Amino acid sequence: MIRLDAVGKTYRTRRGDLVRAVEDVTLHVEENEFVTLVGPSGCGKSTLLKLVAGLTPATHGTIAIRGQPVREPFGDVGFVFQQPVLLPWRSVLDNVLFSVEMLGRQPREYRKQALDLLELTGLSGFETKYPRELSGGMQQRVAICRALLPDPSLLLMDEPFGALDAMTREEMSLELLRIWEERRKTILFVTHSIPEAILLADRVVVMTPRPGRVARILPIALPRPRTMDLEFDARFKAASDEVRELIFARRLDR
Amino acid sequence: MSVRRLVGESLVPAATLAAALLAWEAATWAFRIPRFVMPPPSAIFAEAWDWRYRFIGHAWVTLYETLGGFALSIAVGVPLAVLIVYSPALRNALYPLIVLAQSVPKIAIAPVLLLVLGHGEIPKVIVAFLVAFFPVVVDTATGLAATPPELLDLSRSYRASALKTFMKVRLPMAMPFFFAGAKVAITLAVIGAVVGEFVGSDKGLGYVILSATSYWKTELAFSSMILLSLMAIVLFGAVSLVERLVCPWLVQEAGE
Repeated sequence: MIRLDAVGKTYRTRRGDLVRAVEDVTLHVEENEFVTLVGPSGCGKSTLLKLVAGLTPATHGTIAIRGQPVREPFGDVGFVFQQPVLLPWRSVLDNVLFSVEMLGRQPREYRKQALDLLELTGLSGFETKYPRELSGGMQQRVAICRALLPDPSLLLMDEPFGALDAMTREEMSLELLRIWEERRKTILFVTHSIPEAILLADRVVVMTPRPGRVARILPIALPRPRTMDLEFDARFKAASDEVRELIFARRLDR
Repeated sequence: MSVRRLVGESLVPAATLAAALLAWEAATWAFRIPRFVMPPPSAIFAEAWDWRYRFIGHAWVTLYETLGGFALSIAVGVPLAVLIVYSPALRNALYPLIVLAQSVPKIAIAPVLLLVLGHGEIPKVIVAFLVAFFPVVVDTATGLAATPPELLDLSRSYRASALKTFMKVRLPMAMPFFFAGAKVAITLAVIGAVVGEFVGSDKGLGYVILSATSYWKTELAFSSMILLSLMAIVLFGAVSLVERLVCPWLVQEAGE
């Protein structure tokens, strides 16, 4: 579904220095595949998501979605960021409807679906609350509902659980998997957490920093549906050791 | 509101004020302070009562000079803030000018302005505007720039137009900042109107204060000052009320 071929992104800082954020990234993602990108800070993971969404043009290589080259934003994506970035003046329900409004569709026609999504994510009864009345985990659920409402074929998640406490984080990962089982999507998911990357993914893309490159793409053959118990599975351990080695071995080289 | 809060928030300040007034009253009698130096509160209130009908006209003039200056500061300040935030070129061109305009003491400009614009209320409106517009521009611009970049990316990923993003995201996001500036501006506008009246006028509370002091009618000057303060407090409260109506999500729940 997504094809990145030898993609590179170089940008100029305010001081005029050239920074290579991403270099020579080749990655083909299948329809409805869950791919996680893992790596240390500064390996261009977030830049990669922006490139895929068409928010910023690639300086090298080509990006195509379903055969269509990506040159500008195309609308068929849902974005979830590390911060929920909800609109504080809107109720939970109106925050969920924000995405379809910005797409220029009729929010009225999406009310029912928005309520269904809130139910799916355990937020029934909070429709009329303001975001500040919700916990961080609940706010992030609203952000996920907002991203899912227009039913995009692609979900881009930029460390969506990075700002949550460890317990909420595990809970949210499993919940995301549950939602994904119900509403299949292609997901590109950026994370710093190696266990999270493995737990969620069909394939883990391990990246190295400055410039961001793909160190290895690791298929995760663990059965689904997955649970937290998998962390004690030998295959899970082997995969996380491999990822850790790829990230830290490179660091020692430098 | 609990009894404890009622006592803490209303009764204690009221009692403090009453005690201060009583001490003032007693001191002017005990030390035989001449009225024109420091009149007792009772004389000030008596004078205010005598002047109640004349005050209406003067307060009205000062009020509409203030409101005119305030309205102008918003009508000019908000579009300026939008230009500054959306165009780096305009920001570079305008910001130094705005800061320069702010750093010139307005009281120094007032006589020149009145010389240029002549008498009447319009020059006072202009002085009030000049004093008040800076916080509106700076706070609104800060608010417009405070939109998280992720929200702008989100809007762009949905192919929303710049106007739509402005109306649905940036403008409401800037509202609390705008109101912070507007609340400062309304109190500054009162000062601007009075300064304008000081320089040259025959109407308004500023004029009453100036002429009262030149006739040694200190209690009249004091009652005008009190009226001005009340006006500033009521105007400030009115802006706060509008803020609460426009931004209900900012209201803290009782007991929080």
